[in-house]
Amino acid sequence: MMPRGDSGPDPVWSRLPQAFRIPFSGTRRELETAVLALLASIAITSVLMLISGKAPGHVWWAMLTRTTSDPYVLGQVLYKATGIALTGLAVSLALEARLLNIGAEGQVTAGVLACALVGTALPAGTPALVAIPVCVVAAAGAGAAVGATIGVLRVWRGAHEVITSIMFNAIVSGIALYLGNRVMFRNGTTTGAPIAPGAELSPLGFGGSSANTSIVLAALAVLVVWWLRGRTTWGQAWRAVGQSPEAARSAGISVGKVQILVMTGSGALAGLAAANFVMGHKHAFEEGLGRGTGLLGISAALLGRMHPVGVAIAALALGFLSSGGLAVGDLVDKELIEMLQGVVVLAVAAAVPWVRRAEVAA
Amino acid sequence: MMELLTTVFSLGFAAQVLRIAVPYALAAMGGAITERSGVIDLALEAKLLFGAFTAAAVGHATGSAVLGIAGGVAAGMIVAAVQIGCALRLGADQVIIGIALNSIALGGTRFLLQRLYGEGANSPPCPAYGSAVLTNPIVWIAVIATAVLPFALRRTRWGMRLRAAGDRPDALVAVGVSPTRARLAAALVGGALAGAGGAQLSLAVGGFTADMSSGRGYIALAMVILAGWRPAWAVLACLGVATTEALRIAFQVTGVPVAQELVALFPYIATVAVLIIVVSNRRPPPRSLGQV
Repeated sequence: MMPRGDSGPDPVWSRLPQAFRIPFSGTRRELETAVLALLASIAITSVLMLISGKAPGHVWWAMLTRTTSDPYVLGQVLYKATGIALTGLAVSLALEARLLNIGAEGQVTAGVLACALVGTALPAGTPALVAIPVCVVAAAGAGAAVGATIGVLRVWRGAHEVITSIMFNAIVSGIALYLGNRVMFRNGTTTGAPIAPGAELSPLGFGGSSANTSIVLAALAVLVVWWLRGRTTWGQAWRAVGQSPEAARSAGISVGKVQILVMTGSGALAGLAAANFVMGHKHAFEEGLGRGTGLLGISAALLGRMHPVGVAIAALALGFLSSGGLAVGDLVDKELIEMLQGVVVLAVAAAVPWVRRAEVAA
Repeated sequence: MMELLTTVFSLGFAAQVLRIAVPYALAAMGGAITERSGVIDLALEAKLLFGAFTAAAVGHATGSAVLGIAGGVAAGMIVAAVQIGCALRLGADQVIIGIALNSIALGGTRFLLQRLYGEGANSPPCPAYGSAVLTNPIVWIAVIATAVLPFALRRTRWGMRLRAAGDRPDALVAVGVSPTRARLAAALVGGALAGAGGAQLSLAVGGFTADMSSGRGYIALAMVILAGWRPAWAVLACLGVATTEALRIAFQVTGVPVAQELVALFPYIATVAVLIIVVSNRRPPPRSLGQV
């Protein structure tokens, strides 16, 4: 950050390392944007509830009370949030370098596939100390490979990452289905053989919910991204590329290299989500496992305003909405809650310029 | 093998390619003119999906396929209007608007299915054109649009303003025309075309299925880029995509021993291949694309 131009002694906090300094106006702007978008989404959803003849207040209240009073639902919120936080980080990482990775969906699937393939290939007696890292690396590596491919195509051929991402989402899920049918699915089911017991992550309890220790992995990922982005030259480079590729280039940053590396890291983070689904919950490959998490990651990244901590909070909020939405399935159509994620994205997109204008006017 | 060859080299196969190509081609033409006016059009998927749903719903309610097409066209235009409103009035990020609208279309059509028919995945039957080609008005809309659009872009006031809005919006302002209005005029026609493409999806099979556009909007946009934002060339590219899809069906019908799951990936792999092969800066995008 540039030194302050105005006269007078610099405030003490300006001498702190950059990551500890809070850009007050920036933080406030992002918070305003997120809150405004969330309120707008809730308002739009409430109107849709009214249209379908439900009292919105009643539904929201039921969602809140049922989630907080039932440990199982609370656990499901954490389970959902773990996956969404990882894909959210993945998307926000890329977004800060001005790349929209909607391929997180396919990268999760690639991770799930690799994690399960490696997990089942390990001998049953593999100790956890070996099995867990091996499976985690397999998941992240597969996601990274898909992400890197998208990045390379973008830099090398100028192919828009959104288009290639969508194509790769379809291609990866097709390959997963093919491998499932040929190699993995057992007698007529759509579930593969179980992974080595050593690779299983223990559940967190919560009334037998799917929440598991991969939440630690997600928390670690939040920390690592926070550190990389705020405290390393690396983070500077990738955000510089996002703010102005031309300026970054004239500052001597190899923009293409940064973009490819960012897409690789983004894919790795999305692939990590497989740990939550395969190692933490199903302990096997399953058709459609983790589906939708990549798209929810886009909502989380935008709502979290691309800040790792913001993304984690947004992931919890979205996890609450999607599990809470299931918990009130008797009151409202689940399709309505499915729609909500798109509404959130639209609301954030609209809120960003709105808040900026309000700021300029003030 | 012989059976496959006789299937592929038949009039029926050509008709099938045409039928499959229609939604792609209409979406691509819609996308081409919207983007030529300077607005990134990632919402093609939403226009196809809402178009398909509305066409099926109107067709079911009225028993008329033609009214169904009108419904699809209207739905595409409404999505385009929302898109332009968010992108140009509010100044929101155009790529994100597109993704959001696609996501809303996916959930929204399912929500409407549930609300209207109490069914999660399928609409009740509506009139169908089936495998008819010559009597299907949507095919004719596509053919006429393919022939007329290049001319309209070059010669009409609408087309010239549209291209100016995309390449030199400042020049348009200088002659007293609002680029925003020119873009709206472009996007509404684009939305109408994509909506008609959506109508073909549901009216061809006589009903709407959740997520029945399955990425066609994105493929269409890739073809627009491949074609250098020229509508007629985009249609040609879409015919190529449709041919790969028709081949897949021919493989399936004649029982050629290939993995169906992988052959189904033909259009997607072809799209990636095309994006790799085509030198993207040979024909640059409209100069003000994505900027407001």
